[in-house]
Amino acid sequence: MNNQQPLLATKEVCKTYRTADRAGRLVLDHIDFALKEGEIVAILGKSGSGKSTFLRVLAGLTPQTAGSVTYRGTPVVAPVRGVAMVFQTFALFPWLTVLGNVELGLEAQGVPRDERRTRAIAAIDLIGLDGYESAYPKELSGGMRQRVGFARALVVNPDVLLLDEPFSALDVLTAETLRGDFADLWTARRVPTKGVVFVSHNIEEAVEMSDRVIVFSSDPGRIRAELPVPLARPRDHGTAAFRQIVDEVYTQITTQPGREPGKRGTPTQAIGIAYRLLPASIQQLMALLDTLMAAPFGGRADLPHLAQELSLSADDLFPLIETLQLMGLAQVGGGDIEATAAGRALAEADMLKRKQLFAEHLLRTVPLIAHIRRVLDERPGHTAPSARFLSELEDHLSEEDAREVFETVVNWARYAELFAYDYDSGVLSLENP
Amino acid sequence: MAQRWGLPVVAWPMRLRPNFWDLVALPLVIGLIAVIAWASQQMSVPYTGGQQIEISLDPWKLPEYGLRTVMRMGIALVVSLIFSLAYAAAAAKSRRAEKLLIPVLDILQSVPILGFLSITVTGFIALFPGSLLGYECAAIFAIFTSQAWNMTFSLYQSFLGVPQDLREAARMYHMSPWASFWQLEVPYAIPQLVWNMMMSMSGGWFFVVASEAITVADQNTTLPGIGSYIALASKEGDIKAVGYAILAMLAFILIYDQLLFRPLLAWSQRFKVEAITEGEGERAWFLTMLQRAGFFQLIAWIGDTVADFFSRAAKAAQPYQEKPQKPPNPLTPWIDRAWVAVLAVLAIYLVYWIFSFVEGEIGLAEIGHVFLLALATFCRVTVLIALASIIWVPIGVWIGLRPPIAHRAQPIVQFLAAFPANLFFPPVVLAIKTFHLNVEIWLSVLMILGTQWYILFNVIAGALALPTDYQYVAGNFGVTRWLWWRRLILPGIFPAYVTGAITASGGAWNASIVSEVAQWGDDKFVATGIGAYIAEWTGTSDTPRIVLGVAMLSLFVLTFNRLFWRRLYTLAEERLRLD
Repeated sequence: MNNQQPLLATKEVCKTYRTADRAGRLVLDHIDFALKEGEIVAILGKSGSGKSTFLRVLAGLTPQTAGSVTYRGTPVVAPVRGVAMVFQTFALFPWLTVLGNVELGLEAQGVPRDERRTRAIAAIDLIGLDGYESAYPKELSGGMRQRVGFARALVVNPDVLLLDEPFSALDVLTAETLRGDFADLWTARRVPTKGVVFVSHNIEEAVEMSDRVIVFSSDPGRIRAELPVPLARPRDHGTAAFRQIVDEVYTQITTQPGREPGKRGTPTQAIGIAYRLLPASIQQLMALLDTLMAAPFGGRADLPHLAQELSLSADDLFPLIETLQLMGLAQVGGGDIEATAAGRALAEADMLKRKQLFAEHLLRTVPLIAHIRRVLDERPGHTAPSARFLSELEDHLSEEDAREVFETVVNWARYAELFAYDYDSGVLSLENP
Repeated sequence: MAQRWGLPVVAWPMRLRPNFWDLVALPLVIGLIAVIAWASQQMSVPYTGGQQIEISLDPWKLPEYGLRTVMRMGIALVVSLIFSLAYAAAAAKSRRAEKLLIPVLDILQSVPILGFLSITVTGFIALFPGSLLGYECAAIFAIFTSQAWNMTFSLYQSFLGVPQDLREAARMYHMSPWASFWQLEVPYAIPQLVWNMMMSMSGGWFFVVASEAITVADQNTTLPGIGSYIALASKEGDIKAVGYAILAMLAFILIYDQLLFRPLLAWSQRFKVEAITEGEGERAWFLTMLQRAGFFQLIAWIGDTVADFFSRAAKAAQPYQEKPQKPPNPLTPWIDRAWVAVLAVLAIYLVYWIFSFVEGEIGLAEIGHVFLLALATFCRVTVLIALASIIWVPIGVWIGLRPPIAHRAQPIVQFLAAFPANLFFPPVVLAIKTFHLNVEIWLSVLMILGTQWYILFNVIAGALALPTDYQYVAGNFGVTRWLWWRRLILPGIFPAYVTGAITASGGAWNASIVSEVAQWGDDKFVATGIGAYIAEWTGTSDTPRIVLGVAMLSLFVLTFNRLFWRRLYTLAEERLRLD
């Protein structure tokens, strides 16, 4: 740690994706980052905050649009030796056995066959896969597959390990075991790895694993906050110190950009037609609101508590919270959420009344919905092709995002009975079938 | 680490010891080498055009003829494999090459197979003057054209479909482009490729008769082979000889099936990304032999060691260094546009050239006539596909909803699809003659004979994949009869049906050349259609007319595919996919 040079560092890294009008959508905005020797850094953010893209830029898999990435002082332009990655989807070659998969990186480096075998078997033993050498990935459970992913990364003796949501495809119990095993290897210094960058959407997982949590804001991805985690390992989720850090992270993530954390009551910020709405399900929105209003919360709740009560992960929770905020149904601050008067009224209404109120809020707070409704009202036949609105969205968003936003809007409007959409013909209309 | 030495991976001395399987393996290998040596010697005997090669109807000659044919098909398959790997790789890797290669492939696919033969044969003969090899090459090329295109398309699509995370893993662990081609892209493509190779092979068998009869400048050359045997038997009206030929072909298809495709299928299972379901645990004795016999193990071990040595030598000669990415070239979009323009000009020029070539010889009136002929064939194909669907969809559904029957039926249908339908030609022609049937209608049946199985096969697969839950729901709510078909079965099997019907329709078009003209003894039956037109002028080597016929047929197939099948396919993919 006395070595001053960081293992991996970025300076003012920007990444832009091209959109239809060539203006480009900024996903990463001037990111300065350094990974020091001996630390695990977790990167947290809502989906769409560019955290996975950032990891790929660090890995040399995706070129940055501007800025520089360096590994021990030398620029990263392609995947470098010394940096290995573990993938969310495991990314194992299905036609290779466990041993073959683990040997892959060594083979590409030109390590002689016997040495390859010895080292691979050692890595397999280390990660607790002994006995599975000749199995094919499809014979293994998810947890075992990800162990192969770790063995494949560790066998090349990487300096830096990049973990791209490595536990999120696993069930809770399996994830916990694997996380624990990896933490043990790390604390016991049984792996040569000197630094880890770890992307996650699970706040508790990030706090448990890392020495430092970096929170990304969305659209564009920026570093919003950096929180040190000075707790001794192994860490207990129940301790007050742990809970406090988790609370802080929640506060940071849910604070709207440009506002002081901890202050509540700021009015909903105005958004444009092409605002990247998050795909929140109506069912979940209502369930969240109901839970918030019910005991023990009674209209106001601590976010980590609420997440636990609803058994939602952060990735599922944040789109809901943002949507509630956007529609003026709830306010968030200091890691707490509180229902507004409008939110309370909605929660108390019966099914028909809910739809009616929801429609009013949508028209008032979501410009895209108001826009579509206006166009449909003005047109003589009260119909319009979806392509029209999609192309408007694509001026500002990528094709994929535009489609997602459109689907979200259709979903909400269908519930609120604001307009109808015919999937087959792609036509929006005011008719109610 | 000491206890590790008990693992099978390092226990090679045991593995390499001769065992029971070697008793089977060694004779097979030696036999195979002998056959290849003999056949290649036979292929290059001196020959000049016009010389008559004696074909005998003696059934004892059939094994020899069969081996010659099988050799041709095997060579064509290997050539197709090499071609499709190179072509698909180029199309998948380079955006600019893709713009040229994929439309060209689309057109090549719609050109009738025999069109290639009549247009290219002179070139091959000029390549090997005074030897039979030129004619052999032409025949092999004809078979190649019936195999290569769909293999290439399948490879191209697989290459594009390689999952992003696997690509990233390959880059992250520093696999070279060459290594990742062989270790990632090709393995990923293998299951689909093997399946398409089987389909290609059936296509090849179908055209075997036509490909072994080569006409250059009014001189007929019939290469010794099972196809020539059938042709001669039909010409002489020898029904017994046709029977022998059917038996021989059956045997050869079985051998190919056992020695090549069963093992390939079983082996390709491991390359499937998703968990194994259908055909799980499928064993092929030949594959087992390859995997167990000490002889092959030894060869594999030697190969492995040599490959390892070379790859390490290459690494040592060229030490590792980071390859910088090239900065994006600002001119790229302009070069792209220029490239598209060049291609467009080239295409326009080609169309003009074909038109002027044809128009110089043939009047506009005949071009119109040929258009009408193509229309006749078009009607025939449409009606036949509809008829085949009406017959095979219910049967396929019935089989597919009964998994035990389906699993037994599938290999049989596969086999039927591989079985060359032209063997049924003599009986059909005989029937037409005996009962004085309408030639226009009953000759059409021959077109669909070989390709209808694709409909049946795909419908069975589709019905088999239909979740049982849906059937329970239908049963629970008393959905029966017509409603059951309309709401459950037809939408459920639609994507699979479309896939089958596309293949069947393409096959039928291709078969029109062979099936609109049929001969039995001295009787020749000709139906009205573009196929008969091409076949007739191929007989006299009238190049402009062949080109016209082939171009017209290709145009029809292309238009039909674009306007109808591709749309149906997109619809099925978007709307009715179950997952």
